Order: sequence, then C-alpha cells, then structure tokens
Amino acid sequence: MIKLKAALASVAVAGAMAAVSTPTLARDTINIVGSSTVYPFATVVAERFGRNTDFPTPKLESTGSGGGLKLFCAGIGTQHPDITNASRRMKSSEFELCQSNGVKDIVEVKIGSDGIVLASSKEAENLDISLEQLFLALAKEVPDPNGGDRLVANPYQNWSDIDASLPNKPIRVMGPPPTSGTRDAFNELALEGGCEEIPMIDAMEKDAKEQVCQSIREDGAFVEAGENDNLIVQKLASDSTSYGVFGYSFLEENSGTLQAATINGMEPTMENISSDAYPVARSLWFYVKKAHVGVVPGIAEYVAEFTSEGTWGDNGYLADVGLIPLARSARMQASENANSMQTMTGNEL
Amino acid sequence: MTNPTSQAEIVRQSLKRRYRKERRFRAYGIAAIAVALLALVTLFTDIISKGYTGFLKTTVTLEVTLDQDLMYLEDATDDKALRMADFKAPLLAALQKEVPQATSEREDQRALNGLVSSYATNELKDALKADPSILGTTQTMTFLASDDVDVYVKHKGDTTYSIKLSERQQQWADQLVEKGVIENSFNDVFFSHGDSREPGNAGVLGAMVGSLLTMLVTLFLSFPIGVAAAIYLEEFAPQNKLTDFIEVNINNLAAVPSIIFGLLGLAIFINLFGMPRSVPVVGGLVLMLMTLPTIIISSRAAIKSVPPSIREAAEGIGASKMQVVLHHVLPLALPGMLTGSIIGMAQALGETAPLLLIGMVAFIVDVPDGFFDSATVLPVQIFLWAGSPELGFIERASAAIMVLLTFLISMNALAIWLRKRLERRW
Repeated sequence: MIKLKAALASVAVAGAMAAVSTPTLARDTINIVGSSTVYPFATVVAERFGRNTDFPTPKLESTGSGGGLKLFCAGIGTQHPDITNASRRMKSSEFELCQSNGVKDIVEVKIGSDGIVLASSKEAENLDISLEQLFLALAKEVPDPNGGDRLVANPYQNWSDIDASLPNKPIRVMGPPPTSGTRDAFNELALEGGCEEIPMIDAMEKDAKEQVCQSIREDGAFVEAGENDNLIVQKLASDSTSYGVFGYSFLEENSGTLQAATINGMEPTMENISSDAYPVARSLWFYVKKAHVGVVPGIAEYVAEFTSEGTWGDNGYLADVGLIPLARSARMQASENANSMQTMTGNEL
Repeated sequence: MTNPTSQAEIVRQSLKRRYRKERRFRAYGIAAIAVALLALVTLFTDIISKGYTGFLKTTVTLEVTLDQDLMYLEDATDDKALRMADFKAPLLAALQKEVPQATSEREDQRALNGLVSSYATNELKDALKADPSILGTTQTMTFLASDDVDVYVKHKGDTTYSIKLSERQQQWADQLVEKGVIENSFNDVFFSHGDSREPGNAGVLGAMVGSLLTMLVTLFLSFPIGVAAAIYLEEFAPQNKLTDFIEVNINNLAAVPSIIFGLLGLAIFINLFGMPRSVPVVGGLVLMLMTLPTIIISSRAAIKSVPPSIREAAEGIGASKMQVVLHHVLPLALPGMLTGSIIGMAQALGETAPLLLIGMVAFIVDVPDGFFDSATVLPVQIFLWAGSPELGFIERASAAIMVLLTFLISMNALAIWLRKRLERRW
C-alpha cells in the first residue's frame, strides 16, 4: 500500500512538473524548420535579420522538406513552427493535413531555383545531350541495344556508342555520392526524367521502375567524387576527358575554366533555370503560417527581409551563396504576394 | 616410484617455456596499450594540427574616414538615418587607400569588398551608434577579414584554401599581410559569439552556455533522484521479487541506446506535455533519464562498500536506521557517489543523439539566457560545423572539439581528485 502511494505521488510530481511548463509559453523567437537545401540560404537571411533588426535571430532546424511540412502542419500554437522551407512544392495531401489540423491560412513563397549542371573543362568537347541519352550513359541497366524487351548491364563505353552525334570519347562522369542532396536531385530530375522517356521502362511497375531509374552504373564510368563540389571542379580543370555533376553556383564561380553541357537543347543559364526551361532545375519555397503573424514577433519583417531585392535579387546576398533568383517580374509578384500575406487556396497545387 | 631428481628436471625443462609464455603475455599487454595510445595520439595530432588555426582570427586594420557626404548621413544619433546610410562606401575607400592599384571599376570594387567580412558594415554601424561624435573624423578601426582571406592567409601555399580568391585578390592579400594591415591574432570572437554562417563570426559561447544550462538541469534532477533511489534500494527496501525486478531493470536501462531516450523525450515532454522544442530544460530532462541508471548503480556500489561494522557500531550506540544512514553511511559513500555522478555527467555532456530528436540540433545565433531559451550544445555545434561547406568551419569544428575535450578531461580529473581526496580506506 505504501509503495502504491509512493508510485502515485511520483506520478503526481511528474504531472505537476508538466503543469508548470504547460501554460502556452509566449515565444519571441521565430521557429523555422524544413529542407536542408534551403537551409544554407535561410540561415544567412536569418542571421542578417537578427543583426539588422531588434528582433531575436530566428531559430532554424534542418529537418528535410517532408519532415518540415509535417511539423508545420501539426497545428497552430507556439509549440509548432512558424515557417517551413521546402525544396519542392507542398503536396495536396500535405495541404489537406494542414487544413485538418487547423492550419488554414498558409502563405506560399517561391524564393528561387537550384540548377544542376553537367560541365567539363573548356578544352573538352562540349556535350549537347538529351535526358534520355544521359540516362543511357549513366544507368546501371539499360534496354538491350540489340532489340528485345529485356534490360542488360550498361554496354556503352563511349558517348558515341549511344548516339553518333556525341563525342567519340569514353564516358567518364564525376558526381556527388548518394548522401548528397545534389545527387538526390540529379537522380530525380535528370535520370528519372530521361528514364521515363523510354517507353519500355516507363511501362514497368512503380517500384521496379524506380529501381531501374535511380541505379547509377558502378563499372567506373561514373566516379563518386565526394561531397566537396570544389574538388570536382579542380579535377575537371586538370582533366579534359571527364565531365562533372554539381550545383549551378560552382559553374558560375568557375566560368573562366568550365563549360556546361546543353541538356534537351537548353543551356544552364540563369534565365533558363529560373524559368524552369532547363530540365535539371527545381524551385525552392517557404511556407508561412499566417495565424502566427503578429503573435510571434518579427514574422512579417522576416518575410520582408527575405523578399527584398537586396536579399534575393540578382545582386542580392543570396545570389552570392548560390541561389538562382527568380526572373525580376516573378520576383516582384512573389514579393507583393508574400508581403500582403496572400494565402493559398489549395487549388494551385 | 617417483624420482625427485627427474621431477626437478621436468620442472626445470618446463620453466623456460613458462617464462617465455609470461614474456609473450606481457608483450601482448604492452602491444594492446600501444595500439590504444597510438589511436589516441593520432586523434589528438589530427584534431590539434587541423584545429589550432581555429583559435586565430584574421583582421584588417583600416583608417576609415567617416565622411558625411560619402555615407549620406547627417546625424549619427538618428536611428532612421543610420538605417539608410551607406556604410560600404567609407570601407571601400579605406581599402582603396591600402590597395592603390585597384581601379574604380565595379569588378575591382567587388574584389576589394571581398577582402573584409560582410558584417564589417554592421561593425561600423555599431561603432557609430556607440559614439555618434566620430562621424566626420578618421578612425583606425579593426575589422574581421572575409572567410576566403582568413583561410588563405592561415594556409599560405595550400591551393585547396585559395580556390575562392581570385589571383588579383591573392596578390592584394599578400601585399596587405606584408604591410601589416592584415594580421592574425587570438580569436576572441570564437569565445564571445554564438553560431554564424560566416566562420569568422562563429563562436562556441552559445553552445557552451547551452551545454551548461542543460547540464545544470541534468545534475539537479538526476543526482538527488539517483542518490535517493540508491539509498532506498540499498538500505530500506526489502529483498523480494519486486526489488529484484527493479534492480534488473535499472541495469538494463543503463545499456539502452541513448537515441531511445530522445524518442521518449519527444513523445513525453514535447508531444504529451507540450514543452517547447530546442530548450535546455527538455534536453536536461532527457539526459537526466539517460544518466539516472549510471548514477543509481554507482551510488549503490558506493553504499555497499561502506563496511557493515560502521552500521553495526552506530546501531550499537542506539542510532535509528535513519540516523545510521544520514550520519554515517551517506557521508562515507558520498565520494563514490560524486565520482559516479561526474562520470555520468561527462557522458551526458558529449551526447548528441537524443538531442537530435528534441530539436536541439538547430541553427541558433543568439546566446541563450535562460532554461526556456532555444539552445544547442557543444557536440551538436561540432556536428553542425563539420557538415558545413565553408572551408573555415573545418578548423573551427576541430577547435570546438578541443574545447569539448578540455571540459571532459577537467570533469574526469575532478572525479579522480575527489576520489583521492575524500576516499577512506579500511
């Protein structure tokens, strides 16, 4: 009996401890979660925001786009984050989750793009390649070139084996390892994009298709060069037979020594990437919980800082860290929508 | 019939083999220690050789003329005017004076601007805010160099560190180093600032304070609870199946991977009780759960090592059970309990995994000033820096490792000192 009483008492103590902390703590720091791709941009904005205003510096957690949206959509209240970053657009299922948890008014802001390039030294022969050809060059298994509807281990050794218009040079591509976000995007946008253009693979079942589309060959034609994009850039400069896969910002910084392949007839220029004409590009977003604006101080000002020309414009400081800005007209529109806190209807998804 | 001579003979013959065996066994032991030491030395040389430059900062000392017309600033006491003023112009002009060959072309000006930290304008603004009377005068001011210059100057001759600077900028940097405008000095920023995306502005103070707050919560909860549990179990609890069951479970808890405690903390403290994410209180509670079994086990061992004769003597002169425990057993067992607790705390100080789940792995710039303020801890800061792309963070991560190791070593040294100091032998 005494033991039971002790147990009850300890439960009561735990409950009391919880009760002390439960009253909704007013929070004065903006909480931001979300994509690791947007994290380097958002942290720079947050730090500047903290230094240039009287508001505390927002707190940023890198949880990934999906994880961020899940936390964001969990509800209204200071224990839930105010803003989430995403390297893809919110899915309609996520929008519904938000709605069902009471997160009714969401402001969507597109902040810019992130492009992935296939580049080589200026001395090498430049590639003019389609996504399908790129898939055939790098996939682990490809449809049998001699006909028939079976998959064989990738037999292509030279670029010209795939198509006579491509250079008669061995295929050698250096790229990031699977742990990298760049590799994820490359798999998703370039390889899967090219893979779906092949009717035979496109007709396969979903899981099997994904397996085929995302497997990169391991016979030495594709070299994993480590997480450091700078390293790939350096190797390309000294080796005119190889091509490298990395983020657009590195191409721009090294435009003196490197040239980029044209993919599906599109050159990776700032205009082509920001207009989504270049196929291996994705947009970056953040989402604001309107119900928290005015409750947690500084959200409107943070959004204003993020969407000002000095931040995300062509000469803004985010361009210095590698963000590809939206086209000026799109930027102006987005900035106006964001600052007037125009909410999503759900139909745009 | 056994022959004594032949018996001695057998022993003598085997003696050599036995000595060899012993020598071999000793050699194995020495080899094992050598391997451990080698690993330790390799680790330390790697960290120290990479990290010592993290304790240095690179500064640019300039003669800045705070010209009113150049800055579009009439009155430095006016907050609004300060916000609109141009702080870049006087900086660039001052740099131009030191690098006369830079032209007024946009590209050259950009290259010049790339030599100083992008927060140099903020420093200028803060200086004006603190002392508005310096407007219109010429001041000698020291700014942080940009990160590219920072790593370039520290790793002169290593091409991996010069990749971000143009050849022109490298030339200018060399020239400024020669003139003494660019200098290396002790990195006080590292110990007085929170996190930053610019390695030069990044510091461990935020993480150190976060660690301290978290550890305080852990200590003040786990020590009393752990000691009380140990005393009850050792001195008062009846020996039955229930206490056996509890004992087995405490031992099991000590071996549970720490990430599980993180999940528990997320489910109970954050999701059920609605406590905020990323705060030292929740971090401390989770680490309390983690260290509690260690403290209970070591405290019980300490109580067990108090000789029964002391209890019997106390009881013999009429002390109650309570008096025996509080006046005699507890003081004698305390050194052991403290040692166990300090070792448990040192373990908690180096822990990252459970904190990942409760949101303490985050970019937090402001130094926390309370138990309910967002914070991170030292090992998390190391984890975040090690994953950052900027070259300057490599050495800062190593420097932060050294700071963490210093704390761990001093805590362990304290534990040893306490044991030596307070221990009593019977």
